[in-house]
Amino acid sequence: MVLVAIIVYILIKVLPEIGWTFLSQSPSDMGRGGGILPTIVGTLLVTLLAVVIATPFGIGTAFYLAEYTRGGILTRIIRFSADSLAAIPSIVYGLFGFIFFVTQLGLGLSILSGGLTLAFMILPTLIRTAEEAILTVPQSYREVSFSLGATKWQTIIKVVFPSAMRGIVNGLILSVGRCIAETAAVVLTAGSALHMPKSVFSSVRTMAVHFYTLASEGISMPKAYGTAALLIILIFLINVVTNILVNRMAAKGR
Amino acid sequence: MRKFKEKLSGRVFFALAFSSISALALITVFILIKGLPIIGKIGLSEFFGMTWAPVSQNKFGIFPMIVGTVSVTLGAALIGVPIGICCSIFLAEYAPAAVRNIFRPAIQLLAGIPSVVYGFWGLIFIVPLIREYLGGPGLSILAGAIILAIMILPTVISISEVSLLSLPRQYKEGALALGMTHWQTIKSVLLPSAKSGIVAAVILGIGRAVGETMAVILVLGNAPALPASLKDSVRTLTTNIGIEMGYASGDHQEALFATGIVLFIIIMILNSTAQYVTRKKH
Amino acid sequence: MNKPIKIVINNFDYYYNKKQALYKLNLEIQANEILSVFGPANSGITTLLRSLNRLAELNPEGRAEGEILLDGKSIYDEDVNVTELRRRVGMVFDVPTPLPMTIFDNIVYGPRLSGVKNKKDLTAIVEESLWQAALWDDVKDRLGMPAMSLSGGQQQRLCIARVLALKPEVILLDRPCSGLDPISTAKIEESLIQLKEKFTIVIAPHNVQQAGRISDRVAFMLMGKLIEEGPNEEVFANPKDQRTSDYITGRFG
Repeated sequence: MVLVAIIVYILIKVLPEIGWTFLSQSPSDMGRGGGILPTIVGTLLVTLLAVVIATPFGIGTAFYLAEYTRGGILTRIIRFSADSLAAIPSIVYGLFGFIFFVTQLGLGLSILSGGLTLAFMILPTLIRTAEEAILTVPQSYREVSFSLGATKWQTIIKVVFPSAMRGIVNGLILSVGRCIAETAAVVLTAGSALHMPKSVFSSVRTMAVHFYTLASEGISMPKAYGTAALLIILIFLINVVTNILVNRMAAKGR
Repeated sequence: MRKFKEKLSGRVFFALAFSSISALALITVFILIKGLPIIGKIGLSEFFGMTWAPVSQNKFGIFPMIVGTVSVTLGAALIGVPIGICCSIFLAEYAPAAVRNIFRPAIQLLAGIPSVVYGFWGLIFIVPLIREYLGGPGLSILAGAIILAIMILPTVISISEVSLLSLPRQYKEGALALGMTHWQTIKSVLLPSAKSGIVAAVILGIGRAVGETMAVILVLGNAPALPASLKDSVRTLTTNIGIEMGYASGDHQEALFATGIVLFIIIMILNSTAQYVTRKKH
Repeated sequence: MNKPIKIVINNFDYYYNKKQALYKLNLEIQANEILSVFGPANSGITTLLRSLNRLAELNPEGRAEGEILLDGKSIYDEDVNVTELRRRVGMVFDVPTPLPMTIFDNIVYGPRLSGVKNKKDLTAIVEESLWQAALWDDVKDRLGMPAMSLSGGQQQRLCIARVLALKPEVILLDRPCSGLDPISTAKIEESLIQLKEKFTIVIAPHNVQQAGRISDRVAFMLMGKLIEEGPNEEVFANPKDQRTSDYITGRFG
């Protein structure tokens, strides 16, 4: 109930604030006026980059662990490290990203650094959720597929992957949510520039960072509420849309 | 052709797995390399010492931050865990399906809300309450504990609910058939059997609390000193990194990496415990 | 009894780790017959069937010794294409195992893998296989429905149709009726008897009566060893081995 109170509280404060201008204009006067368009763009770009980079590696690793290794010690070590790394505080990833991508590789505070850091951050979660999903696919599906003359690759693509899809997508959504919500790791790697990004090397401010800046420095409470509400709505929408998509996909199968 | 494809796909999967794992190893190694030298240089006793004054005195003692992390986390667990477990019992045993169907996605959503939003809510809501009724600045251990308690609720609720629901139905039916009441069944049969899952939930929740940065940065006040009471301001290990990383350099920067190592180790220990507890059952 | 020999099993052993599951098996299987391999649980029958299409090797701890010849060629030779072999020797499992896709997609799963793409050809295959498995009338109007929506008996007949769509030479059935009601069982038995015109069928029946009803020849196995084999009537009327006779008359197992 407390939790619901938080959402309702913020949403009520906010509804008058969100309008077309809020969504479509650049901020002026440090965020006191105007809208938050650049931060929306920044959030989407950083998240997109992270997910696009991490997904193939995460899912590929999961398939390798679940289908190609025979559950030896190595697999268990990898599983344990992925589990542990999934729980490492995001700020530690930020620390790593700041030194490695921003400084060492000279990418600067940029969309690229932010996206790469977040990709590292969500990778362990992606691997574990996808692997769990693959392992829950009944062994009999694989046997049937082999008995019908399929090769391993064909079995994975045509049977295992579609059956594990639901779980894999769930893990993906979780990761997207984490990227959108992430503040600490992003502020250290993508920076907090308040203008439209020109390339992947531009620094951006994501919505979460923008919200943090507005709120902690007391720049503009109404704009802060607006940003927060938009963040929550965004995450809510992603949840709902993917739930619908996944259910529809699952319905087709059984 | 087919054979080739088969071989290739195996190789590709291996390559993907290999690079992911190297990437993960890279992080670990990198943080260790960056953080260990400073610990060697100043010695363990100073590193775990009382004074954190990186710029003025070149002192890097993180003990106050450890106390900060432990106190806030403990507070959060004391508040959040009982509530979370009660919620999960309610959802798994008492709630009608309709209620459950509303609650579950709601909890999922709450887990997804940016932590900085929770922190902000604490800043404008909890902090003034504390200032008004308990005195002090309001930015305090108590405020942080309350916010973190709320934040770990989704984790605790969902994992303990799953472990309650995954118990064989016979346990419950057997107990009820012996004439126990519903509550007696829950207390003496279901909870003990689901114990390992619930404990794992609590540990993972604590892990989340330890690792949280942005929510606590807003409500703790962030003074790097030992607190005397619940109303005092503290700084946690995570906020220490978050606040100073932007401008730190040299030894100072390395000290922040060393702080990262400490966090890393705490999480590793918590995680291994959780895994040990869940595995013991099977 | 002058049908050609389809499969020859020569001194065949099978091990799981150190545990031996099959002992020096020798058996000939004739083309276009129904051979029932029966015996109590854990006699190695499933292992035997899975060795015939090399599905047993999915278990990393399994190891085969000896030889199995299909049309005179050893299936364990190095140059044997395993997927090709599995297409020639199709298998139906003990529980119905439709894949999580539509009825249509289930049946064309194998043909599509071997490169049949033309929609018309696929439709023809589906219709023919469903006819042969006596399922066409049940499902002809809902080929696009998920296969999971069928009843247990229908699912199992779908699995048979799915194997038939491969145009195999041999069909292995591992206790295909174990979870089914008598009516579904009768339907499946009926179609098997018709199918032997075209295929060689090796079945592990789920009880002795089924072996008696449908087989041309039977083989009795116990603890990984082949005890006795011969024409159906002979083995059931006067078994040569005491253990066979005990099992048939229900004294154990």
